[in-house]
Amino acid sequence: MIERRPILDAISHLVLIIGALIVIFPLYVAFVASTQTAEQSATSPLSLMPGTEMINNYRTVLTAGASGQVSSPPVSRMLWVSLVTALVIAIGKISISMLSAFAMVYFRFRGRGIFFWMIFVTLMLPVEVRITSTYQVISDFGMLNSYAGLTVPLIASATATFLFRQFFLTVPDELAEAARIDGAGPLRFFKDVIWPLSRTNVIALFVIMFIYGWNQYLWPLMVATDQSMYPIGIGIKTLISGGDSAVEWNMVMATMVLAMLPPGLVIVVMQKWFVKGLVDSEK
Amino acid sequence: MEKRARFTSSWLPYALVAPQILITILFFFWPAVQALYQSVLLQDAFGSYSEFVWFDNFKTLFADPTYLASFQTTAIFSILVAVCGMSIALMLSVFADRVSKGASLYKTFLIWPYAVSPVVVGVLWSFLLSPSLGLISHVLAWLGIPWDYMINGNHAMILIVIAAIWKQISYNFLFFLAGLQSIPKSLIEAAAIDGAGPVKRFFTIVFPLISPTTFFLMVVNIVYAFFDTFAIVEATTHGGPGKDTEILVYKVFTDGFKGGDLGGSAAQSVVLMFVVILLTVVQFKYVEKKVQYA
Repeated sequence: MIERRPILDAISHLVLIIGALIVIFPLYVAFVASTQTAEQSATSPLSLMPGTEMINNYRTVLTAGASGQVSSPPVSRMLWVSLVTALVIAIGKISISMLSAFAMVYFRFRGRGIFFWMIFVTLMLPVEVRITSTYQVISDFGMLNSYAGLTVPLIASATATFLFRQFFLTVPDELAEAARIDGAGPLRFFKDVIWPLSRTNVIALFVIMFIYGWNQYLWPLMVATDQSMYPIGIGIKTLISGGDSAVEWNMVMATMVLAMLPPGLVIVVMQKWFVKGLVDSEK
Repeated sequence: MEKRARFTSSWLPYALVAPQILITILFFFWPAVQALYQSVLLQDAFGSYSEFVWFDNFKTLFADPTYLASFQTTAIFSILVAVCGMSIALMLSVFADRVSKGASLYKTFLIWPYAVSPVVVGVLWSFLLSPSLGLISHVLAWLGIPWDYMINGNHAMILIVIAAIWKQISYNFLFFLAGLQSIPKSLIEAAAIDGAGPVKRFFTIVFPLISPTTFFLMVVNIVYAFFDTFAIVEATTHGGPGKDTEILVYKVFTDGFKGGDLGGSAAQSVVLMFVVILLTVVQFKYVEKKVQYA
């Protein structure tokens, strides 16, 4: 604290409280609406007091599906698809980028420069700009409506590769020399030295990539055409496609709360790593 | 920087990079080449007929008033998202940097939107601002302000801007806060001793010193508004009313997938690739600068 300014301190807290309330308000409304009956959630103005139907609504969406009007799979199934997708994307991204960064730092081989350049260029090809043609590739491989189709094209990661490369470059040379003198090969060195040293980076990156994978939308929208392969985001979209009158808002909100919960918990529980991962992956 | 200690193997490094390179070729390069190729072809929707037409698709594209309008919509949208979103986040982070008590509690609340997927963000805000049953619309009606994003293009734009800003606030806040916390306290103290008040200190010391962060966030926010907001538009306005909120990414999708105009959609993809390349180059120039100043 530079100087005592009680009024300014009070204003600071006031602004932050108002800011935090505005940020949290939509989430609170979603929760409240998810505990009400269909009629309550469709009245204007919406009551901001929690209703009585919480357990009922959540049980219904998890087991039977969120809507009687639009056909959609049970939310538990969609959560499962999202979870598998997010985990495969996060673990896949971390594994293949760690391996390629390790190769680029600890080996000198023909084509290293080209490979590096190739990975770099993927930064400039986000899925949004190559939608149609990537879709064609996936459908030619027969990967539509499969976990492979949902995940593999998103697994390549220039950001993660650069992050690990930067980190490996800071690992002291003495460690690799000592390992070599002791007769350890590169794979042994990776397993016993590099992997334990990288653990915090791996966790931080995992948090970011898990959320990235969980929140994918455009790609699954094209790849998952069969309802049984809908991740939760696509499911929510189909629920509101019926138009204002047909939407059962309490069920939609219950589904949305369930969709937010896993990434939300990851962020809050792993806040420290999340911030680290966010800052690191943008360097 | 290079390592002195290395390993030698004739096959291992290739095996290690193979998965990454394979995926890159199959799902990045091949589709990108395809998009480039298709952008110079005229095809029907079933792929049974195609003709090489040079740059006709691009000529058609840039002669198409709806495409130019979409460019303008995207520009307005991304500037609003970047400028408004960053201003709010900067204000919050300046206050959060000032208070020592409870700062981490505020942080915990402010990072939630990052976890929320864009489609949920879209549905949430279209519910709050729905003309018939939205809570906020109700307040607006009570204040006598007319509101209907389904028929008024400006209202629709406001809706997607609010949703996009809300989603991005965590990111901007965390980066501004990190930037503010890295400013040496001695500088601020020296200015305080010289009699500069908090406002003057902010504009003469703090704001210039976090300008690298600001510039970096500007690029990130524009990239975000250009490419990561598809789901928000899809869940709220569908590009409407009319085409008032049809941003470029949304147009590529609707033209290619729903409209069946493969050549036109591919040409749009190629234009977007150039936008990304431009933004990436700008971003990397900045990274070099950051190294110099640090």
